[in-house]
Amino acid sequence: MIHKFSLNHYNIVLDVCSGAVHVLDDLSFRLVDFTSAQMPARCPEEAYAALSDYSRDEVSEAYGELYTLVQDGLLHTEDDYDQFIGKIAPAPVKAMCLHIAHDCNLRCDYCFAAKGDFGHGRKLMPLEVGKKAIDFLLNNSGNRRNLEVDFFGGEPLMNFDVVKQIVEYARSKEAEYQKKFRFTVTTNGLLLDDDIMDYINREMDNVVLSIDGRKEINDSLRVTPNGKGCYDIIVPKFQELVRRRNGQQYYVRGTFTRKNLDFSKDVLHLYELGFDQISIEPVVSDPNVPYSLKLEDVPAVAQEYERLAKEIIKIRKSGKSINFFHFMLDLDQGPCAIKRLRGCSCGNEYVAVTPEGDIYPCHQFVGIDGFKMGTLDEGVIDPAMKQAFSKANVFNKPHCRNCWARFYCSGGCNANSQQYAGGILQQHEVSCELERKRLECAIMLKAALADQE
Amino acid sequence: MKHIKTLNKVNLKQTAAKGGCSECQTSCQSACKTSCTVANQKCEK
Ligand code: SF4
Ligand code: SF4
Ligand code: SF4
Repeated sequence: MIHKFSLNHYNIVLDVCSGAVHVLDDLSFRLVDFTSAQMPARCPEEAYAALSDYSRDEVSEAYGELYTLVQDGLLHTEDDYDQFIGKIAPAPVKAMCLHIAHDCNLRCDYCFAAKGDFGHGRKLMPLEVGKKAIDFLLNNSGNRRNLEVDFFGGEPLMNFDVVKQIVEYARSKEAEYQKKFRFTVTTNGLLLDDDIMDYINREMDNVVLSIDGRKEINDSLRVTPNGKGCYDIIVPKFQELVRRRNGQQYYVRGTFTRKNLDFSKDVLHLYELGFDQISIEPVVSDPNVPYSLKLEDVPAVAQEYERLAKEIIKIRKSGKSINFFHFMLDLDQGPCAIKRLRGCSCGNEYVAVTPEGDIYPCHQFVGIDGFKMGTLDEGVIDPAMKQAFSKANVFNKPHCRNCWARFYCSGGCNANSQQYAGGILQQHEVSCELERKRLECAIMLKAALADQE
Repeated sequence: MKHIKTLNKVNLKQTAAKGGCSECQTSCQSACKTSCTVANQKCEK
């Protein structure tokens, strides 16, 4: 299977099953329609006829190149990945999202955490629950060495003493269990001070800083309980934190909605504020709220992704750095095919824990009826549910099986599919359309930057 | 090649046989928490 597209004057062919990406001239791009896995070595007459605006010699030459790619396993590569289905099975838990505070000092309108409390009242995770979560991870991670813990909320800084004690507890177990913990914290920034910044920069492998972009955009949805926007408070704090971070991993992360379909301006605004690791993502919400993205918005969002990609090319060609999370793509040393086919692993290798110690498949399933997988007190998770989630991969999602983007997207978000498409194996169409557009942009970016070399 | 430029060398299929060790970062943890894009993840092997 191949995916063929033109974007920003680049003719691109992705060979889906080998992952090879080719940039073609106009002639060879048109000739691709006459190729297949079983193509004959000699160019068929109907191809010459269809390309009569070129000389026979030119057509023969381009055809020969396409033929070589097929022979080399870089075009029309066969899909025989079925043999690996067995590798995608229930596996040890190795990543955990700790809902350290089901409380928040902001009231963002689109928050999937239902304004911080996940619909179940405001609560902070007690240290004892945090320690049990670490024990659970240590005891259920089998021979996995790298363990990930993400402090999430609500707003984790509202319970930061407990965060510190959990980190200390986990570190104290690393040698005995021969594990390495990697911590991440996601914060809205309101409570950041010097001590917390230094602590985060010392202990957290990654920090995710929530901001939506331009002041008027950020402040229209990210508001404090008294209705005031938070932009002026958080921007200097985020800048300071990143300055002190000395190049360690971080992201400024925001959401765009139907109200800012010109979100490339928000990305560029964040860049102008001095941030170069940026993630701005489509809102995921009930289709009935006014700011939700609908299928009819897809063309506008797609255009905007293109605009953004072109801006990023300009910045990169000027020798400066900028990473837009959803355009990041490693064509040479990205993840192995198994990881790509496995999906997000929620409910299997990854789980979320509430302040009460309840276990859910992931942070976005928290609070959804019927998805509690177990409790830390029992210390086990429902094997049937784990099994079901391990099967939520591209092999078992009918819409993904033949999607050209499956090795990059990995099957979409099970939580979105559950909430807005009716089941974890169902398709959330808007998300798919946007994912595919982002991937085209990401691949085109590679072509444009390779052009420069 | 004159008409075609191939951008990458690695063949995805060859990564399947030895892959799947799960030592790398869980995709949703890295930034967005709302989608499962894996292509930007790093292999730890
Ligand atoms: S560390 Fe590499 S080989 Fe192991 S699962 Fe991740 S991408 Fe695959
Ligand atoms: S874009 Fe949609 S159909 Fe394609 S792999 Fe992702 S979730 Fe599946
Ligand atoms: S279901 Fe969605 S939100 Fe949950 S881990 Fe997977 S991709 Fe992330």
